[in-house]
Amino acid sequence: MAVSGLLFIGFVLGHMYGNLKAFAGEESFNEYAHHLRVLGEPMLPYSGFLWIMRVGLILALIAHVASAVILARRAAKARPVKYAVKKNNGSSISSRTMRWGGVTLLVFIVWHLLNFTIVKINPSNGDTGGDNPYHLVVDTFDTWWMTVIYLLAMVALGLHLHHGTFSSLQTLGLTGSAVSRARARAAGWVVAIVVAGGFSLVPLFVLVGIIEK
Amino acid sequence: MAGSTLHDGLTPLNGPSEQKSDDARGYYTLGDKLVDPVAPTGPIKDRWTTRKFENRLVNPANRRKLDVIIVGTGLAGGAAAATLGEAGYNVKSFCYQDSPRRAHSIAAQGGINAAKNYKEDGDSTFRLFYDTVKGGDYRSRESNVYRLAEVSANIIDQCVAQGVPFAREYGGLLDNRSFGGVQVSRTFYARGQTGQQLLIGAYQAMERQVAAGTVESFTRHEMLELIVVDGKARGIIARDMVTGEIETHLADVVVLATGGYGNVFFLSTNAMGSNVTAAWRAHRKGAYMANPCYTQIHPTCIPVSGDHQSKLTLMSESLRNDGRIWVPKKKEDCEKDPRDIPEEDRDYYLERIYPSFGNLVPRDIASRQAKNMCDEGRGVGPLVGDFRRGVYLDLGDAIKRLGKDAIEEKYDNLLDMYERITGENPYEVPMRIYPAVHYVMGGLWVDYHLQSNIPGLFVSGEANFSDHGANRLGASALMQGLADGYFVLPNTIRDYLADGPFEKIDETHEAVVEARRSVEDRVQKFLSINGTRSADSYHKELGNIMWEYCGMERTEDGLRKAIDMIRELKADFWSNLKVLGSADTLNQSLEKAGRVADFIELGELMCIDALNRRESCGGHFRAESQTDDGEALRHDDEFAYVAAWEWGGDEGQPVLHKEDLIYTAIEMKQRSYK
Amino acid sequence: MNLTLKIWRQAGPNDKGGLHTYQVADISADMSFLEMLDVLNEQLNEKGEEPVAFDSDCREGICGMCSLMINGEAHGPEVTTTCQLHMRSFKDGDTITIEPWRAEPFPVVKDLIVDRSAFDRIIQSGGFISANTGSAPEANSVPAPRDKAMRAFNVATCIGCGACVAACPNGSASLFVGAKITHLGELPQGQPERWSRVVDMVGQHDHEGFGGCTNIGECAAACPKEIPLDVISQLNKDLRTALKNGH
Repeated sequence: MAVSGLLFIGFVLGHMYGNLKAFAGEESFNEYAHHLRVLGEPMLPYSGFLWIMRVGLILALIAHVASAVILARRAAKARPVKYAVKKNNGSSISSRTMRWGGVTLLVFIVWHLLNFTIVKINPSNGDTGGDNPYHLVVDTFDTWWMTVIYLLAMVALGLHLHHGTFSSLQTLGLTGSAVSRARARAAGWVVAIVVAGGFSLVPLFVLVGIIEK
Repeated sequence: MAGSTLHDGLTPLNGPSEQKSDDARGYYTLGDKLVDPVAPTGPIKDRWTTRKFENRLVNPANRRKLDVIIVGTGLAGGAAAATLGEAGYNVKSFCYQDSPRRAHSIAAQGGINAAKNYKEDGDSTFRLFYDTVKGGDYRSRESNVYRLAEVSANIIDQCVAQGVPFAREYGGLLDNRSFGGVQVSRTFYARGQTGQQLLIGAYQAMERQVAAGTVESFTRHEMLELIVVDGKARGIIARDMVTGEIETHLADVVVLATGGYGNVFFLSTNAMGSNVTAAWRAHRKGAYMANPCYTQIHPTCIPVSGDHQSKLTLMSESLRNDGRIWVPKKKEDCEKDPRDIPEEDRDYYLERIYPSFGNLVPRDIASRQAKNMCDEGRGVGPLVGDFRRGVYLDLGDAIKRLGKDAIEEKYDNLLDMYERITGENPYEVPMRIYPAVHYVMGGLWVDYHLQSNIPGLFVSGEANFSDHGANRLGASALMQGLADGYFVLPNTIRDYLADGPFEKIDETHEAVVEARRSVEDRVQKFLSINGTRSADSYHKELGNIMWEYCGMERTEDGLRKAIDMIRELKADFWSNLKVLGSADTLNQSLEKAGRVADFIELGELMCIDALNRRESCGGHFRAESQTDDGEALRHDDEFAYVAAWEWGGDEGQPVLHKEDLIYTAIEMKQRSYK
Repeated sequence: MNLTLKIWRQAGPNDKGGLHTYQVADISADMSFLEMLDVLNEQLNEKGEEPVAFDSDCREGICGMCSLMINGEAHGPEVTTTCQLHMRSFKDGDTITIEPWRAEPFPVVKDLIVDRSAFDRIIQSGGFISANTGSAPEANSVPAPRDKAMRAFNVATCIGCGACVAACPNGSASLFVGAKITHLGELPQGQPERWSRVVDMVGQHDHEGFGGCTNIGECAAACPKEIPLDVISQLNKDLRTALKNGH
């Protein structure tokens, strides 16, 4: 759980960096997208690097979801009779929403892939296609409800990362002292705000018309 | 040790005492004198070493054929179970709690004494021995006490090896503090939770043996009868407190490590479940009960706040180092906010009466004087009935002198606890304290081997009478429990077991059947009385009688009155008790009924013992025996003996057997704290 | 004060059980929570109803016998044990819901009493230092750094009450296990068995049916002895090291 989670943190940080290229304009953004496909050539075939990433991410996803299912099932088995009244005193909202937040993110990932990678859901009816990712982005977020979906997903992602970052460091035994624990907690905040905030910038700026075709 | 001489233990320094008074006439019959059949002789410092060598060994291959029952899992029982398990005996351990780790040894706060002399302040085995005998007001057996002091150092080694996190100095070595008015620093401690840490150490050692298969642990089991076959203890009848099943457990030897009976007073610092039943059932089967009237009353407890109170909470005596104890000079000030009482209207009575020791007088004196103040009508705090039970312990001066931070650092946990219980902030309002029953020095009579007068029945820890005389020093209870469990019992029980395995008996043996039937009958009896009062209400009433007449100060008239009252209470109990529920489920009312029934009988014996002992010694203060200025007065010529009481039957009178206390290493002296 | 109590009653391990409502009157603020229940039980006894079964022993916050989920909080609203909780934490007219610890490895025995022997079995699996009586070296022959000894003590204060399990949404006992791992692992005497200890104890923990830890932190907030969450980190670290080294 912790290891796959940390891989995802690395991935979303990189992904977010790429997205921010949108601020540098169409050319820069599309060039970055193209570069991802030719990265490693000629050692790797076209899109080879991307496919290695994809396979890695899929494996991490399987591991992550499988761990989550195991943990959730163990938890359910460990408390078959629920409390009539139960208060939460020591936990953050983020830690309590890991499971449903995770499911939300899973649904979102499917949506997101259909939208941007497989390009099945296309608000501008397909003609921008895969060869101009920049247009795809702008067309997508020009639609207000698409932006809302993405922003909601970023809230879920932020919450997930807030607890997930700390939790993975704790699970790996890297928070043995009060100082390191405080650092891990802070890292949770930083990763959550940077990633969720960074991802949200592009849709917001498209919606208000600062980023445009 | 000014004025005292070292003696080697080879010649008696006193003769047997001869009792002239006979206050308890009519309540008892006098039996034969009692002699410890295995008392060691020779130089005091060699006695234990010699005895360990003389005691026979049990072949390791035979040990697993020998069954040992140990009742109780506190320091004495847990340590014994672990050690005998390690040795390879087949141990069955019993406790009434849901886990062995809950035994009430866990609540001891202060520390554990050991003659390590790490501070190079003149401590030694002999000094610890001397302090303990003197502290016990010369009413303990010197050979036992010397052995206790001797093994004390091994206890610390053992506990450290187990991972007990004692307080340490910056260099990583063990820290010590001085405790309970002695002049050397010999007390090892783990903040205010020494008992907990030592018990967890013993518990872990025992659980390790459970995993190894040498110890079988029976939790939520209560011993309700001792099985005696052909004069030997051969097992117990226990009730599984969850299923209600009455079980028979047979063995070659039975060890009772069942703690003290302070709960006979209803309110005490003991745990809710602490009881005398195991010891009392053994007593009724023939084991002598020694010095039952010796009770230690601790001066610094949180006072009773109302009739609802279920137990009392101790605060470490160390508070008396910085707190000044006082009551208002005028009765009419007792209701006032203490902060409004001016200095000149406060009576710092301990400093007034004992100018040299002041607030640091021994426990019994501090307790008795607090009661005197309250009896005079100068007690403080809420009215409980028509009486205020409390005196002030004022940290005000210390806070002024040392600063709030220093006091906080020293007593933080303690003061938090006080505030949680009373709702008052001790940094602002003087604390209120009152004495409470804390420990009993009396217990089942044992010889030097910790064996009772019933062969095969051994008794260790607070449950026996042997080491503390009439009064126990601070930080010595933990020492005795672990000494008995780790080092003494395992070395004496083997001499008994060397004759085993004893003849096999099974559950159809007449004595076993009879024991079982008596338990079943008793359980049915409780459920069928069907009267109107709960066992708890009888317990409270008994407690009031005991506290009033057999508490800090005892008088001939009061004790006679108490005996009558207890007899009436007993008759009412057996005709008007109400126990709901059934015998075959978990039934806390039923458990309680059995315990209260035994407490009532014990209470009567305590009063008879206190009545007979017309002297003041240690925790036993007889008003008829005091000096002109109100101090305790011992009568060594009459009472330098252990009073061992034999059960005289339900209709008969208890039989008193006297064991003379002959000292060979220390001369008896009257103590003085003026 | 007058209170309404909703108390879980369950006749035995195999009964279904349910919440029953009782009224208690004239409760003093100076009473402990358990003394308030004593008052209720005395009342029930008079009425001929069986008293409510609940665990308690030392009633001074150290033995760990008392439990109770009070209004959804393990040991109630203060950071202490139920026996040290006083009625001044409540006010007149309050309704208080009282339930037993809920966890599969802590089956209900009766009413509010649960069986916590799973904790004993976890200790049996390795929560000790193997040092037979008599084999110990002189106590001061092995100095223990003071800061480590202090940390060992701070976590050794665990009373084994099970509040961590009761409060944990996952029903995990990681705080309990972590406290013991840290206590023994910080001391020089605990080193020889350090790695096997953590593997065995975690194995037993999982075997008993406790849930997995997701670092939510309810356990540390409920712990009456304020054992910090970092013992779980220590547990994870030791486990990782142990597994890496082939234990």
